[in-house]
Amino acid sequence: MKGLMTVFYKELADHFTSWRGIILFITVLLVSVFATLGPSGAIENLRQQLATPVQYGVGRFAFLYLFTTSGEDMPSFIWFITRFLVPIVGIVLGLDAINSEKNSGTMSRLLAQPIYRDAVINGKFLAGVVTIAIMLTTAILIVSAIGLAVLGVAPGSEEIARLLLFWGISILYGAFWLGLAMLFSVYFRPVAASAVSSLGIWMFFSFFMSMAAVSTANILAPLSQTPTTAELLSNYGIQITASRISPIMLFGEAATILLAPGARTAGEMLQLLTASGALWMPGPLSLGQSLLTIWPHLATIGGITAALFAISYIRFMREEIRST
Amino acid sequence: MSKLTEQLVVETVDLTKNYDKTTVVDKLNLRIEEGDIFGFLGPNGAGKTTTILMLLGLTEPTSGTAHIYGYNSTREPLKVKRITGYVPEKVGFYEDLTASYNLAYTARLNGLPEDLVTKRVNESLGTVGLSHVAEQQVGEFSRGMKQRLAIADILIKMPKVAILDEPTSGIDPEGIVQMLDLIADIAKEIKMTVIMCSHQLYQVQRICNRVGILVNGKLVVEGLLDQLGREALGGGRLRIEVKLTEITSKLIDCIKRISGIVSVERSGDLLLITCLEDLRPKIAKAIIDANGLLVEMKIQRYALEDIYRKYFREA
Ligand SMILES: Nc1ncnc2c1ncn2[C@@H]1O[C@H](COP(=O)(O)OP(=O)(O)OP(=O)(O)O)[C@@H](O)[C@H]1O
Ligand SMILES: [Mg+2]
Repeated sequence: MKGLMTVFYKELADHFTSWRGIILFITVLLVSVFATLGPSGAIENLRQQLATPVQYGVGRFAFLYLFTTSGEDMPSFIWFITRFLVPIVGIVLGLDAINSEKNSGTMSRLLAQPIYRDAVINGKFLAGVVTIAIMLTTAILIVSAIGLAVLGVAPGSEEIARLLLFWGISILYGAFWLGLAMLFSVYFRPVAASAVSSLGIWMFFSFFMSMAAVSTANILAPLSQTPTTAELLSNYGIQITASRISPIMLFGEAATILLAPGARTAGEMLQLLTASGALWMPGPLSLGQSLLTIWPHLATIGGITAALFAISYIRFMREEIRST
Repeated sequence: MSKLTEQLVVETVDLTKNYDKTTVVDKLNLRIEEGDIFGFLGPNGAGKTTTILMLLGLTEPTSGTAHIYGYNSTREPLKVKRITGYVPEKVGFYEDLTASYNLAYTARLNGLPEDLVTKRVNESLGTVGLSHVAEQQVGEFSRGMKQRLAIADILIKMPKVAILDEPTSGIDPEGIVQMLDLIADIAKEIKMTVIMCSHQLYQVQRICNRVGILVNGKLVVEGLLDQLGREALGGGRLRIEVKLTEITSKLIDCIKRISGIVSVERSGDLLLITCLEDLRPKIAKAIIDANGLLVEMKIQRYALEDIYRKYFREA
């Protein structure tokens, strides 16, 4: 336990004093500010919507809209978080966690000290997760502060609860990317190899997965010239199932359901259509309903993260550490 | 003699390591006693580093056991690591952190209380003569400074055993001598047993009292340096070369009469004397008593290289 905390504090201090950590932090700050306050950011859009309060949705969850509204050519805050910020922060913090210490010869010295070997990998993972948590806290606080200052809308208690939950699942999501990056840093000796592997996976899921999902759907359930509703439904169903292989999609859905209870994600709409045959729009989901809906998403992300970490852990624990 | 009750510092029993099908360390039985400075020698790829990794529990033996101070290296690695300082072959530090930060990290990993950390770090840096660069980033250090920092790093935990894998590689000749003297001094001062791998035989000879030579994973010879040296030179005997202004047969007879002399041969203006112990004072006296004029008397020293060559060739 002592060893774990020592490694943890050292790694945490590294994350906040190294150039890498400082650059990440600045990126998070800039993205948060620009997504909301930028020339065509969420604030502008939201101000107009608030001016016409009859508009659908805005009202009860006005504060949350800060996080989910996109500007004219600026994606929303949760888009940035889902696609870009959290994956990059997780990957960058973990991509050389183990192999750089092997390459520089510090791992041999570290493991010659009287600490359990898992203190090293656990301490590093924990420090990464805490760093992600701190960065997310900062980002959410910045957006909230801007909302309060510029729009003067204060969050209600359910909004605060939803934000806290969003914060929690974002940390879990960050842990997934961190675990993925650390897995490669355990398996690959060159840092370039581990970096390219984890960034490659991010790029695949981020940019190509939706295309892959569409192609898969078109192959498995081809649409005729004038597609019937049944054809459309099954094609769309496959698309959604296929894209849910991507953790980015999974988290994106979960985050949207949490922060935009009035909106419907594609998956929800499909469910409604299949169940009742019509696009029936009930009111916003209650917090409990939202949680119930996202539970499978969270369990999946959590499960994959645990599996990734377990594989790295087992490999690292049994590995021979040579300094050359 | 309390030899029987004396604790063995390192003991391996049939220690073996296979990689796939190749045997890298082959039924090694090593015994190192307290206070030894043990030179662990052998050509590249002999299995020295692999043996060390097994001693420290950094890799698992295929079969056999390794113990340090009675602790099983595989099953009780933490106990072993608490009392063992290890300087790996290619030692590394966090280059963008200062020397004292690097050492403080080691101190904390060893569970030193916070008020002792700074004190111990400063002491260690002082011992190896790096106090003046304590707050400098290690990335700015020269190779020799890093090697000395590595010694300071193991001093942090005041180890009972130090395992040094080529601590002098990449250091200039002057630096090597300083480094080895430093190691020997520390060993004496804190009563630390030292196991040292090196390819620099001449330097090893300076400080080691015991050597073992590993070839293809097998210990081909092990023992006290003095003893092995004599054996390498010829049956545990010493050779003394005497130069005289004039050599007479009477003189040779006088020398032959000294007890302990095995043979006396003449070779030009030199006398080559083989004896069982260092008889130089007696030989000198015999020459003077026989009115001979002594120009020079040299005892032929064995070099560790002789030992190494002999056993390396035999293996
Ligand atoms: N992971 C590994 N897999 C297979 N073979 C290995 C592995 N590690 C080392 N070896 C082999 O084991 C042998 C012994 O290596 P070791 O590093 O113990 O030698 P050494 O005596 O320390 O040599 P040197 O003086 O060059 O440091 C070498 O032939 C090496 O190729
Ligand atoms: Mg070696």
